[in-house]
Amino acid sequence: MPLKPLLDAATAAANLADTKPAFSPQEARAEAARCLFCYDAPCIKACPTGIDVPTFIRKITTDNLTGAARTILEANVLGGSCARVCPTAMLCEGACVMLDLQQQPIQIGRLQRHATDHAVACDLDLLPTPAAQNGRRVSILGAGPAGLGCAAELALLGYSVTVYDKKPAGGGLNTYGIAVYKMRPEVSLDEVRMIERLGVRFCFGVEVGRDIEPAELLADYDALFIGLGLGGAHRLGIPGEDLPEVIDALEFIETMHVRPLAEVPLGRRVVVLGCGNTAIDAATQAKRLGAQQATIVYRRGADDMPAYGFEYELAKADGVAFLFDHVPVEVLAEHGHVTAVKLAQTAVRAGRITIVPNSEITYACDLVLKAVGQMKQVSLLERLFPGLAFDHHGRVIHDSATMQTTLPRVFVGGDAASGGREVVNAVAEGKKAARGIHASLTGEIVRGPVQPSRIGMPDGATGSGFDHPIRVHELEAALKQG
Amino acid sequence: MADLSINFAGIRSPNPFWVASGPPSNTAYQADRAFEAGWGGVVWKTIGEPVVNVSSRYSALNLGGIRMVGFNNIELISDRSPEANFREIAEVKRRWPSHAVIASLMVDTRERWHEFVKRSADAGADGIELNFGCPHGMCERGMGSAVGQNPEVAETIVGWVMEAATIPVIVKLTPNITNVVYAARAAKRAGADAISLINTINSITNVNLDTLVPEPFVAGRSAHGGYCGPAVKPIALNMVHACAADPGVGLPISGIGGIATWRDAAEFVALGAASLQVCTAIMHEGFRIVEDMADGLSAYLDSKGMQRLADLRGKAVPQVGDWQQLDLHYRRVARIDYAKCIGCNLCQIACEDGAHQCIDLVDPTPFGLGPGRVPGKPLPQVREHDCVGCNLCSIVCPVDNCITMTPVDTGRPPLTWNDYQAGLAAGTIAPIQPHP
Repeated sequence: MPLKPLLDAATAAANLADTKPAFSPQEARAEAARCLFCYDAPCIKACPTGIDVPTFIRKITTDNLTGAARTILEANVLGGSCARVCPTAMLCEGACVMLDLQQQPIQIGRLQRHATDHAVACDLDLLPTPAAQNGRRVSILGAGPAGLGCAAELALLGYSVTVYDKKPAGGGLNTYGIAVYKMRPEVSLDEVRMIERLGVRFCFGVEVGRDIEPAELLADYDALFIGLGLGGAHRLGIPGEDLPEVIDALEFIETMHVRPLAEVPLGRRVVVLGCGNTAIDAATQAKRLGAQQATIVYRRGADDMPAYGFEYELAKADGVAFLFDHVPVEVLAEHGHVTAVKLAQTAVRAGRITIVPNSEITYACDLVLKAVGQMKQVSLLERLFPGLAFDHHGRVIHDSATMQTTLPRVFVGGDAASGGREVVNAVAEGKKAARGIHASLTGEIVRGPVQPSRIGMPDGATGSGFDHPIRVHELEAALKQG
Repeated sequence: MADLSINFAGIRSPNPFWVASGPPSNTAYQADRAFEAGWGGVVWKTIGEPVVNVSSRYSALNLGGIRMVGFNNIELISDRSPEANFREIAEVKRRWPSHAVIASLMVDTRERWHEFVKRSADAGADGIELNFGCPHGMCERGMGSAVGQNPEVAETIVGWVMEAATIPVIVKLTPNITNVVYAARAAKRAGADAISLINTINSITNVNLDTLVPEPFVAGRSAHGGYCGPAVKPIALNMVHACAADPGVGLPISGIGGIATWRDAAEFVALGAASLQVCTAIMHEGFRIVEDMADGLSAYLDSKGMQRLADLRGKAVPQVGDWQQLDLHYRRVARIDYAKCIGCNLCQIACEDGAHQCIDLVDPTPFGLGPGRVPGKPLPQVREHDCVGCNLCSIVCPVDNCITMTPVDTGRPPLTWNDYQAGLAAGTIAPIQPHP
């Protein structure tokens, strides 16, 4: 069966409404009032961009929403989208001392949204005035979170910045790849406009290597930042993979951002391959858009799934089915359209996944979404930047403090450097790279912003998760081990 | 269950909880509801020449999401006729003979005082309370706190009242003075049967930053009001104690000021109050709050083996005195229970910036497992030899019983300031060295 939309516009919009809706002013004040205003708070350290969380929450309690938004945006220019898409339970909220009091952590993400929404609603320009133009030029490849983080910081430091992106609009995954019930693309596009107001020039619809050569850019610019993220989904390498109803999960999600929700083609029985956070996003949205059944198929067990626990819980609550310890071996079709996927059971032997003989089952479906991880762009980057070095995971090798690659004027950040982390990590790396570029071109070290709730700390009021991030699940693991 | 009934200067009441003179005691309808809810007495809203009130009248101080931590009003005494008020007092007394009804009065001349005192007794009131405390509206006309702030005037007027009084007379004192004891002694000298305190404190709760007019807003202006509610309790307790401890006063005390729970009530009684008056808490949550106040107070007395309220009365008075009587050699230090510490570091920053710099932030590793014990998240540690035992850290700590102020043996005998001065003069004590 060809795919077609299943729901009317009103139902689709209602089903995909924000799972974490905006606070009313009274809700926000009440939640903010719960915050203890810790000194040298763990939430600051758990935030990769080092937002001074206690300070912005205190400003909400005093109705200083403009100041709250400024505190957020000075640390993280994408504070509005991070408020929505950050896995806060793994970051700031996971570090909240309220958990040690056997209480719910402060809802930092929603409070951050409250403050940044105020800035957007009132059309406030809260970023500092950029420094005088220093005559230096930097080009940025990719207008995603890393590129935007880098662009904003460079613009503030007085650089002439041009961002190239092959998409028709900026924001990268924030605009095209986030579950609709987490964030609308408008939030991301507003952020791009805010950065544009700093004087950053955006060239959309431009693909590097096709429309413009890196050599030209390196000749025209003092430095270059690679924020190209990851490539498409890995190939499954099974028969039937190229049938029309076998789609990259990120492509499916992107369709939801570029077409009205009631015009997104969908199957009634959806199989999602893989069990990361993208798989969850795809499966839950398929359910919310009217699929009768959405099943996540994963080659390992529940304990090994890469998806966060809260994402798993959300999917279960949405009625998503999970089939663990299975892999696809073939996609079956009739008259050129998908009718089922043939699955085989897996077992782990000596640490390796093997297929259990004679365990194949046929699982009926009319849409297969691939969420088995995005490919590294090693070959593309090797072609664009001869001499660029990669680690054995396909990540661009870089200095973790300056984000400088093995090529002197080329810097990197985001998923191309990390292999795939959160939006907030990408913004932080972009900002770090901007400061690395500045240091390499001028010798000047930039720190900050100053964080009132850390003033007096031995490592200074500007130190935070931006410099020495802690990861909550790593902390939890350390706790368990004692 | 402990016996909560009282005989306050001759006024009998089934429990010590009286509705204070104010908006909740304006009518017979409200008095009936109060008694039905369990209140032991009602002090009628002050009766005098009828006034004209304004709209609006109240404003509040809210803190950290908690409403009415403090409360302010510019309402005057009763705006109903004396006839209506005395008639309703008589009706209420007929319906509630064993409950206390006290007429609060405020008039000006000797003749008017005589008349209103007599009319109160004729209506069947169990007692009279003289409103010498209202800080707004009436004092400009030479009444209310204008009387209470001048002990000689107060003494004269109490004298007028006593000439005509046949029922117990309570003098209600204003806190808007430098030392409440002078007014209390004046009441005693003039022959009053009891005192009640505190009335409201002059206040402006806040300024509307858009209109630049404080609330309550009356046609573009506001006025100084009277402050009450939980925020004034410490001031009231201090003044109740001052009167209870003063040998020149020696009158039964009706405690007023921020009482909202049985705990507040017990504290007032322990500092010398024999009856308790409540207004703001009723304005906030209604007459129903008295049920827990009576129940909780009774349970507390039971738990302490006290049979009646009088067993608690004044029991904390002797423990409070002049600073000079405190032991300079006593020492306590802050001890943190690391099984409870959550690592918020509020104690550290409070001590560091606001007190005496005796708490360090340290690597949590040596403290073993427990809440807040994660790499990169420091824990506070008290340097006991520097700790002055000021209490600040234990006050700001958000975790119950996490920081305990623990007495330490200094090995030195008690030494008061007076002992110290005497010892210095006699040359038997070496001077205590000042801090560097």
